[in-house]
Amino acid sequence: MTTISSAGGGQMDGIGLDVDGLSVDVHTPQGTARAVDGVSFRAFRGQTLALLGESGCGKSMTAHAIAGLLEPTAEVVAGTVHLNGADLLSLSRKKRRKLAGPMLSIVFQDALTALNPVYKVGTQLAEPFRIHQGLSAKEAKEKAIELMAHVGIPEPASRIDFYPHQFSGGMRQRLLIAMAVALSPKVLIADEPTTALDVTVQAQILALLAKLREEHEMAVILITHDLAVVAEQADRVAVMYAGRVVEEGPVEEVFEHPRHPYTQGLLAAVPVNAERGADLSSIPGAPPDLFSIPSGCAYQARCPLVQDICRAQRPRLEALSEGRAAACHFAQEAQDA
Amino acid sequence: MLTFLRQRVLSSAVPLVVVVLGVFLMARLTGNPASLYLPENATQQMRDEFSRAHGFDKPLLAQMVDYFSGVIRLDFGQSLRTGESASTMALRAYPATLQLATVTMVLAVLLAIVIGSWAALNPNGVADRVSSFMSMTAASVPDFWLAIVGIWIFALTLGMLPTSGVDAGALSWVLPILTLLIRPLGVLTQVVRGAMISALSAPYVKLARSKGADEYRVISRHALRNASPPALTVAGDLAVGLVNGAVVVETIFGWPGIGKLMIDSILERDFAVLQAAVLLTAVTIFALNILIDIGYALLDARVRRKVTA
Amino acid sequence: MTQDSSVATLSADATADVPTPVKARSERWSNMLLRDPMAAIAAAILLVVALVAVFGPLLIGESATRGNLALTRLAPFGTAHGWEYFLGSDLLGRSVLGRLILATRTTMSVAVPVVLLSLAIGSIVGMWAGYHRGWRETSAMRLADVILSFPSLLLAVVVLYIYSPNVANIVLILTIARIPIYLRTARAESAELRSRLFVDAARTFGASSGAIIRRHIFPVVLPTLLTVAALDFCYVMLAESSLSFLGIGVQPPDVSWGLMVAQGKSYLRTEWWLSIFPGLAIVITTVSANILAAWVRIATDPGQRWRLTTSRKRRSLRRTVMEAQ
Repeated sequence: MTTISSAGGGQMDGIGLDVDGLSVDVHTPQGTARAVDGVSFRAFRGQTLALLGESGCGKSMTAHAIAGLLEPTAEVVAGTVHLNGADLLSLSRKKRRKLAGPMLSIVFQDALTALNPVYKVGTQLAEPFRIHQGLSAKEAKEKAIELMAHVGIPEPASRIDFYPHQFSGGMRQRLLIAMAVALSPKVLIADEPTTALDVTVQAQILALLAKLREEHEMAVILITHDLAVVAEQADRVAVMYAGRVVEEGPVEEVFEHPRHPYTQGLLAAVPVNAERGADLSSIPGAPPDLFSIPSGCAYQARCPLVQDICRAQRPRLEALSEGRAAACHFAQEAQDA
Repeated sequence: MLTFLRQRVLSSAVPLVVVVLGVFLMARLTGNPASLYLPENATQQMRDEFSRAHGFDKPLLAQMVDYFSGVIRLDFGQSLRTGESASTMALRAYPATLQLATVTMVLAVLLAIVIGSWAALNPNGVADRVSSFMSMTAASVPDFWLAIVGIWIFALTLGMLPTSGVDAGALSWVLPILTLLIRPLGVLTQVVRGAMISALSAPYVKLARSKGADEYRVISRHALRNASPPALTVAGDLAVGLVNGAVVVETIFGWPGIGKLMIDSILERDFAVLQAAVLLTAVTIFALNILIDIGYALLDARVRRKVTA
Repeated sequence: MTQDSSVATLSADATADVPTPVKARSERWSNMLLRDPMAAIAAAILLVVALVAVFGPLLIGESATRGNLALTRLAPFGTAHGWEYFLGSDLLGRSVLGRLILATRTTMSVAVPVVLLSLAIGSIVGMWAGYHRGWRETSAMRLADVILSFPSLLLAVVVLYIYSPNVANIVLILTIARIPIYLRTARAESAELRSRLFVDAARTFGASSGAIIRRHIFPVVLPTLLTVAALDFCYVMLAESSLSFLGIGVQPPDVSWGLMVAQGKSYLRTEWWLSIFPGLAIVITTVSANILAAWVRIATDPGQRWRLTTSRKRRSLRRTVMEAQ
């Protein structure tokens, strides 16, 4: 694997997407909450970076902020997102729209609601070509048929006139992926692309994503809460907790030697590692409410290693070694715990 | 699509038959239907003669056959006032109402789309306030009173518009249309606004944005298109309900349409004409309901499948 | 013992402002109403209208029914002839205010029975149909569709022609026309409730369908039905006044708001108050009922009740946020 060497950060040309200090505020009836707090990571071309975390940890919000698809109630308050030399967040809406598709695209979680129910899938697949390449309806339709065949949808020429509800869940997800890779983007964000599918279909979809990643040499950002998916698909992983990245590094290293107590807790909770008959391990407590994140470390209430300093001071994401970082005051000690 | 159509026609025909039958039964239930057609001061002899002449002394079933064949031949008898065929009178009044209703609905739909979408895009903006004010007005201000206030201010006090009639060209349309417009516009704007709010936050709109679609494309192709089926259903109901408003508006503004004809024939006890006008309206509504179903099926493929499957 | 007392303190704390559930509820309701000035004013207006309908006719004496030819066509807002003539008088010298008060009673004596009757019939049939499903549901819904697919005025026009237009017939027609509204709502809710666990549990215990509907479905459906009824009250009032205005509703010598507008419309150029005031009465009542209905809808929805516990300005801000989500 080339993971470790390219993760060194020295090869700037290999970077697909560089997120630095991204913060997102959400305005709700209960007040304003910081849903994403100073998130930084890099996604390399031809590799998959997994954003791993529980629901509500801010991983989807991060993805939507990068793609410029935040709800009106959420706003980016700090940070930069560099793609191809430009900071997406400081571009005008018009310029950003020009990049949506050819440079950066996103695969949504629930294909049934993401596909527009009133249009034939052919029309929707053709849309990227119509918008960005100004193709005629006929040319775009041909491209759409090719695209359907490419993502493994049988009989594309006849099914191009079907509506989304006439496809199975797995096929719908393939359609979403087809739309996302239509213009061979440099960066592809996959927002829990397999959560709504059953396991066998899940594997097929992930394999398709991996194939397309190789073909287009895309940087894939895979958002998931599934440790197994991360282990199988990702080269690097960034673990998120309460809106922050708490640990980052190559998947193998992070999974074998987790440095943050939260990552350790997550891995310990995987039943595969448990012995039959033994109690299943779980992390006590629940993630903090975004409105009442304690000062100091967000994980303090659930952490087995908690000390006074954890309550007083919020740990920063510090590099531990080449390509590895963790946000814990005891990252070094945690290794041995 | 054909199976779908046949099914919709059949199910829409049920209410129509019920109305046609209902008018017949109610008229017979009074005992002597002849008294409905004749002036109130008619003598018993006149009533009996009328009954014989029109077969009201036959058994009920035979009367029903007569009645239905009359309905099919559009023969409802003669007007007591003018001696003219009742269906001729109803058909003559028909276009005036149709014009009024069509112009009103077209205006209502266009304005509702503009104001409703605008309100959905800018919550608490001007359009949002206008839309909630209009819906409040639509739900609480009686149309006849609105018309009278309009006449009082614009016709009598300012002298800008005619009080009634159709002789003043375009100007004579202003007050009737405005009065008739209030209810459909108020309701429809709220529906469009609500449907647009939910469409704009739907995942497929995000998907369109992620493909680089500009705001115009997102709103017109994706959001509005998805918001239109619910709006169409409501617009259809409102168009049917426009009959209520048309009766009031035509009466106040002396608009020579089918609503005024109904009220006139009630006040002058001209049952044949009333019956013709009511049944013609019922047929129109029947046709309208089918048109709405077709439109709905065209807009949303899922409906077609659900009904035909 | 220590544990007991701590529990006692806790529960005492929790119930300090909630003495008994029932009272607590009414207290919260009145507080919420007072916190929303618009809704409070609307409720007050409706209360006044109800009181006027019941007691008003006792106060006005004969000025509303017997003309006084010395006091014809009095302009409104004059106090020279006593409070009865504050809103002017008509061509026969009858007090407009007095006639408005009489009309309040007529208008209410149509609207209130219609709303109560159609609410009762519609919700009973609807709950029954929704609970039993099958043919009962299908036939009830088909009937509702038939009634709803034609404008109520069309039905009213025929019936009121054939039978005479009096209060009883108007109530009958409007009741028939409005039953489907409650029927549909009640059916939808009870069909949904039927599959819930607590209904299943009751059925397992052998409760009869009537008892299940009464004890388990009715209390849950009631708030929704009441909200619908509050809105429908406006509709019925407007329908009655339209009929009366067209001359096929309430007939003289009775008087209703709609009829007063009709009677005054020929004198609009000179005696404008004859038509304008009764119309205003309608508008004020229906606007109040609408505001109150909107308030009830929010107050009975646990997910939205918080809106009523904060001030107006913040609420509009929150509305933006909620709807954008």
